[in-house]
Amino acid sequence: MILYLARRLVGVAGVMLAICLVTFTIFYLLPADPAAAACGKTCTPERLAEVRHSMGLDEPLWRQFTDYLTGIFAGRELGEGPHALQCGFPCFGYSYEYSLPVWDLLTDRLPVSASLAFGAALMWLVLGLGTGIAAALRKGTRTDRTLMVGAVAAASLPVYFTAVMLIHGVVRVAGVLPYPEYAALTDDPLDWAANLLLPWTALALLYAAMYARQSRSSMIEAMAQPYIRTARAKGMPERAVVVKHGLRSGMTPVLTIFGMDLGGLLAGAVITESIFGIPGVGRLFFDALQRSDQPVILGVTLLAAFFIVAANLVVDILYAVVDPRVRY
Amino acid sequence: MSTAPTTAAAAAGDRAADRAGEPPLLRVRDLRVAFPTAAGPVRAVDGIDFTVRAGRTLGIVGESGSGKSVTSLAVLGLLRGAEVSGSVELAGRELRGLPDRELAKLRGRRMAMIFQDPMSSLHPFYTVGEQIAEAYRVHFGAGRRAARRRAVEMLGEVGIPEPARRAADHPHRFSGGMRQRVMIAMALACEPDLLIADEPTTALDVTVQAQILELIARIQAERGLGVVMITHDLGVVARVAHEVLVMYAGRPAEQAPVDELFADPAHPYTRGLLDSLPRLDDDPGVPLHTIPGSPPSLLAPGPGCAFAPRCFRAAEASGDVRARCEGTRPDLVPLRAGRLASCHLPLADGPSGRPSRRPSDRPAGGLPDPQDPTPAPEGTR
Repeated sequence: MILYLARRLVGVAGVMLAICLVTFTIFYLLPADPAAAACGKTCTPERLAEVRHSMGLDEPLWRQFTDYLTGIFAGRELGEGPHALQCGFPCFGYSYEYSLPVWDLLTDRLPVSASLAFGAALMWLVLGLGTGIAAALRKGTRTDRTLMVGAVAAASLPVYFTAVMLIHGVVRVAGVLPYPEYAALTDDPLDWAANLLLPWTALALLYAAMYARQSRSSMIEAMAQPYIRTARAKGMPERAVVVKHGLRSGMTPVLTIFGMDLGGLLAGAVITESIFGIPGVGRLFFDALQRSDQPVILGVTLLAAFFIVAANLVVDILYAVVDPRVRY
Repeated sequence: MSTAPTTAAAAAGDRAADRAGEPPLLRVRDLRVAFPTAAGPVRAVDGIDFTVRAGRTLGIVGESGSGKSVTSLAVLGLLRGAEVSGSVELAGRELRGLPDRELAKLRGRRMAMIFQDPMSSLHPFYTVGEQIAEAYRVHFGAGRRAARRRAVEMLGEVGIPEPARRAADHPHRFSGGMRQRVMIAMALACEPDLLIADEPTTALDVTVQAQILELIARIQAERGLGVVMITHDLGVVARVAHEVLVMYAGRPAEQAPVDELFADPAHPYTRGLLDSLPRLDDDPGVPLHTIPGSPPSLLAPGPGCAFAPRCFRAAEASGDVRARCEGTRPDLVPLRAGRLASCHLPLADGPSGRPSRRPSDRPAGGLPDPQDPTPAPEGTR
């Protein structure tokens, strides 16, 4: 197990390094010149060369890359001379737009995206798994068909449509909730939840629909296993058969997609955050894209990759906990 | 052949039980099971009757799809989405129509079942000790500790070495034969009176088969268990059954004490099954005997005998006799002492044509019986 973990961690580092290199190269090859943007409109060629040099953009790719990597692990100095910026560990560069270290921006926005992701995840798990399991246990009945038609419909609605309809219906027409405006959990938990309720719902509906379908099919498969018949044959009450014997194996496949989905969302839900004006990582990414704020784009990309890779690792480890046949 | 029935004594026991008016352990009457499909109901079981007494073994034989397993699942009330009719009485108590909650109290406790595939019949995520203990806890309200003790005790009883340690292992750590032992331990943990074994040895290799049959027989003898042994292996039947019910296309073909069935089958189908067994004295160059044709569709059974299209007796018969086979369904009727058959043209008593064999000629699976040191008599092999 320890050995497996060590091997996996080395793997994670390798994947992250590769992603880092690929993303970095793509940005290097892009035609957009950050130096020109930094230099401004009244830029002379001499001034531009100076800026390029101070930003390290005149260095070859490999040099820029190793500098970037060094920054991540040891921090570095950006620029030279009296204007040099001290970018401490872990340094993912400096945002042109905000004039702040990318790391600070990310750590600032991460709790916001996490609030959105975890709240929505809780909602879609309850809703999606509840629906899916209920449908699976009533397989072939009218209830099952109704629930699944509902799930397909919900899965077909894009989040921007759901989000806008929710804002229109709940905020404008019914006036039950104020227009969402993000409030930190640490300031006022109630306010935090009230303002996130709509974004959670918008995001959760979409995922709940997918989870309902996934959990229905894996639950049906689990309940068709011979060991379920064994459990009934030895006289277990039906509830115990479903909960203890069915759910345990039926929910294992759901674990995999849940890890991936949650990992993906932690690095920001771009559309949802943009529509509801939530200042999360997704929103940061969207803004950075529009403004060619390359260090930020790079930073968010790496963060997203990290969450996906980490979620994968966690899911694999959990698998060994859930399924005793899995041994590392 | 330690389990070979002592027919006379057992028959006397039956008569005594009948006189006392004591209901048999299990009595199934006119059991019918149909599965609704888009094309109409599939009549998987179409009028089956049998009785099992304490300490006795009924073998139910038939090919795949003959309704053996469906019959056993129907007895336990484990069929979902099927139309079941008829009567199933456990020690005089009618089970048909009982709510599932009530049936669940009897399952495992009064009647238990073991299945064909011990690989998939155990939950892969729970230790075998846990899986044995949970039934004990449900039925007796026992605590965790007591149930665990019981699980270890049962594992020891079915011959698993180091039961206390093995109880903490998951099913994938056991071999096929050991898993079937675990299944048996699980089935018997709550001391049921009736054990239904649905092809318990089919998935196991032959040497292990013999051990498992031996184990079931031993526990049966110790506890006076009534056993229903479902199998397609005539060798298994010959070895463990007292009575045999031969099923074909969901219907009873023949029912007889095991010795008599093997000695002289009355139903042409039974005869065909026995003739299909490979024998060591067969001429190596001659292809094995088979019953021509294949079982009929259970979707729209014809009016006559289900076996008629494949029956050599019907084929040899004259026009109007054959018309009866094809047009009228034969009832299961007493033919001679202790013998029931559903056939318009039953085979006469006594050997005819190819000599039949007695069960003692042929141990389970056609292989030597490891428990039986006596060599087979000369000339029978």
